[in-house]
Amino acid sequence: MAIYSEEEARKILEKAMSFSKADACVINLGGSESGNIRYARNTVSTAGHQSNQTLAVEASFGKKSGTATIDEFDDASLEKVVRRAEELAQLSPENPEFMAPLGPQTYDESVSYVEATANTTPEFRAQVAAKSIKPAGEKDVTAAGFLDDGAGFSAMLNSNGLFAYNKSTNVDFTVTMRTNDGTGSGWVTRDYNDITKFNAEEASAIAIDKAVMSREARAIEPGRYTVILEPAAAEELLGNMGRSFNARTADEGRSFMSKEGGGTKLGDKIVDERVTIWSDPLHPDVPTSTWSGDGLPRKKTMWVENGVVKNLAYDRYWASQQGVEPVSYPSNMIMQGGDASLDDMIKSTKRGILVTRFWYIRSVDPQTLLFTGLTRDGTFYIENGQIKYPVKNFRFNESPIIMLNNLEELGEQVRVNGNLIPYMKIRDFTFTSLSDAV
Amino acid sequence: MKRRNFVQLTGLGTGALMLPVSMMGNDIAPEALLEPGLDLFTKKSLADVALNTARSLGASYADARIGRYLNQYVFTREDKVQNVVNTESFGIGVRVIANGTWGFASTNDVTDAGIKKATQQAVAIAKANSKIQTDPVVLAPVEAHGEVSWKTPLKKDFREVPVSEKVELLLDANAAAMNAGANFVNSALFMVNEQKYFASTDGSYIDQDIHRIWPTFGVTAIDREAGKFKSRQAMSAPMGMGYEYMDGLESEKLMSPAGFNLYRNNYDIIEDATTAAKQAKEMLTAETVQPGKYDLILEPNHLGLTIHESVGHPLELDRVLGYEANYAGTSFATLDKWKAGDFKYGSDLVNIVADKTQPHSLGAVGYDDEGVKTKKWDLIRNGILVNYEAIRDQVSILDQNESHGCCYAQSWNDVQFQRMPNISLEAGKEPYSVEEMIKDVEKGIYIAGRGSYSIDQQRYNFQFGGTVFYEIKEGKIVGMLNDVAYQSNTQEFWNSCAKICDEGDYRLFGSFFDGKGQPSQVSAVSHGSSTTRFDGVNVINTGRAV
Repeated sequence: MAIYSEEEARKILEKAMSFSKADACVINLGGSESGNIRYARNTVSTAGHQSNQTLAVEASFGKKSGTATIDEFDDASLEKVVRRAEELAQLSPENPEFMAPLGPQTYDESVSYVEATANTTPEFRAQVAAKSIKPAGEKDVTAAGFLDDGAGFSAMLNSNGLFAYNKSTNVDFTVTMRTNDGTGSGWVTRDYNDITKFNAEEASAIAIDKAVMSREARAIEPGRYTVILEPAAAEELLGNMGRSFNARTADEGRSFMSKEGGGTKLGDKIVDERVTIWSDPLHPDVPTSTWSGDGLPRKKTMWVENGVVKNLAYDRYWASQQGVEPVSYPSNMIMQGGDASLDDMIKSTKRGILVTRFWYIRSVDPQTLLFTGLTRDGTFYIENGQIKYPVKNFRFNESPIIMLNNLEELGEQVRVNGNLIPYMKIRDFTFTSLSDAV
Repeated sequence: MKRRNFVQLTGLGTGALMLPVSMMGNDIAPEALLEPGLDLFTKKSLADVALNTARSLGASYADARIGRYLNQYVFTREDKVQNVVNTESFGIGVRVIANGTWGFASTNDVTDAGIKKATQQAVAIAKANSKIQTDPVVLAPVEAHGEVSWKTPLKKDFREVPVSEKVELLLDANAAAMNAGANFVNSALFMVNEQKYFASTDGSYIDQDIHRIWPTFGVTAIDREAGKFKSRQAMSAPMGMGYEYMDGLESEKLMSPAGFNLYRNNYDIIEDATTAAKQAKEMLTAETVQPGKYDLILEPNHLGLTIHESVGHPLELDRVLGYEANYAGTSFATLDKWKAGDFKYGSDLVNIVADKTQPHSLGAVGYDDEGVKTKKWDLIRNGILVNYEAIRDQVSILDQNESHGCCYAQSWNDVQFQRMPNISLEAGKEPYSVEEMIKDVEKGIYIAGRGSYSIDQQRYNFQFGGTVFYEIKEGKIVGMLNDVAYQSNTQEFWNSCAKICDEGDYRLFGSFFDGKGQPSQVSAVSHGSSTTRFDGVNVINTGRAV
């Protein structure tokens, strides 16, 4: 069993620490059990199970550090890995950015582990595949999907007495449904900490409906359109924006968050005042670990409030250089939603495009956070409050900053990829060309 | 891409580099990289445990891959060493066919008992999945090779070059960039050694020793007053070579028509870092492009990625058949187009070959990961689509009886599947230099180096940026441009191919991180070409005000 309890993990870590002769030592122990099933062409293509556990020792003498890892935890192995890390540290160049290990911290109790998910069986996974494949076949549609579930733990002990432990579970599901005439494609994504919340029939049915609805798409001119972005479409663009909330690159002048004439955009209003984005490791819908890799506690942190940048992330080194408190990188992203349902949003749209998801998003200009990518698996034209017909996919060139300044309306929040993102209606979203891809 | 499959490493340029977990392993001392792995006799005995166990459990086919993967990475920024990483990963993967269905299992317990257990798991998975399998696996025949071996030809084994020498070279390159006016520079050196032993019930025992190297950097120049920054990435290519790639030989340099050096089978990182700093500074004030139609002159370090995305991926047979529909996507290059025999993928000049034997390339091996001797084959001949990329369990779909030899697994603990071989555009047959090509263009843009890239899931519509852009007016390069990206459709683009420079300009581009599959696996692949002209391509301006 690769998932150790807090007591088991502490015992192994304390044993390993007892061998340390370095000035400072940080020992991480982690493990996971995961399983998956993949299907395509309405049949299972691969299935697998992975189990692993690793103990990593970082030993330091002065500002020289060395790391060694091992996957066996008997006393002799533990001593061996500590000695090896110490040997490597002595051989290493000095790291001028070395930070002494943190002292003991207090962490909130995490809620990221659900026993039911850890108990997922190969039979359950096969049933999930069947719940996609069977209804697909009935609608002249072909299913290709992937289910990946896992349980993991991580624990840390350092020579200054800090101990941290967390365990978590996750399940990720995606399925693409393509009509057998090749003209329609639909997709859905689901992810949870708790697998009992997952309904494979419901998810598969949405993808099948989208595939059937998107057949025989019409070409309309690219240009600026009002768009309704489903949460899966907005999530990756917002995630890319989130990566610019790094204090160091902003201070260094090489980030969207850097300001003309020097300084950063901390405290500046950068998007519409209805935009509020925070992270919270204890949010019941998107729980994560309550501590970060360097041992800092993770707390609810506001990043954008009413359109204003409230925090940038500082690692311990950069915080010490700037004379501020460190701010941990977020482990999830929660964006404030609104009251509108998807139906309301469609009804209030005179002319617009409903987007299921974006694909192949790449940075075009880091200065303006301009990204390109394409719509995929269900793009529909809306006119006078109704979905009129499916349209061919578009390529966009757009910045999430411009997008969130052109906000029209926010809707219900949905969990996507560990984040909580609302439906959103955006005006003047820039589509630059058409794609023939289905 | 699930981020938890990736480890975030040092930022190169302004973005963070996410390294696949598969490219990591247990940390070891640099000297340990030189320790010999198991001897051939032991590897054969262990592999036979898997093959015999599989046979005894009723498998009709089995293969075993004993892999030892050694990696060394060096990361620096400005005058600091950020990290030196040495890792080793060792284990065995066993793949079987039972009841006409594949099964796979792996273990790092490389003992008789561990291998037996993994083989039993692989057979059990095959038998369980066979209950819902509709089409039994059909394997193309393969020659029994007996006991053979293959090594990447190399002059300097990276494992024998002291870490201090590598660190010094990167810090010298960083200093050169800073002296030339850069505000920031991050550099890295990735070195990989795959020691792979393959055995199958078809009678092959293949020992291979594969080396790859990739030096890279990102140089950033800043105008604080204007609040602007520009980055310029390295013009190196990852290569299937030893540390001799870092020698900086003058004989392997090619002068670009824009007046800076580019590199063939040898790289001068200090010179390139110096050029990069000057170019990054120049970008801060360069003219912004006027959108419109331009003739594009694409240099091999740029064109390689365009070949990768618009030819390499659409011709992967598993994509064409729908096995990647839920992730990487499918393909516009459907079987009916190929069967018609007249599908005009490109202009008559376009000859594109797949080649797993090309010297110095990332994909070069003697045998693929299912024991097929590697070869070279045509994909596009005189502009017509003539073949795909396919492996043993796929070629029967093409009515072919010989695998193309492009099966690969990123590690011993991942199952092997069809991957992109090296795919290259043949050089022009008539003598024609880059200088002549520039002279023949009225209104064009010369693009060097890779940039932003995005393409749809069936590989029709794409948008590519680049590292540096130069405007061409009436046969002359007149200055640097900013904010350039071109958008096209694959078939339209390759049919606009108007001229290809000769063999003298031919060189490789490559990527360590071609991704496919769920769970995702990476593969390293090269793409060769000479500088090529494409007429009347749509160029957009990517500049925005926020």
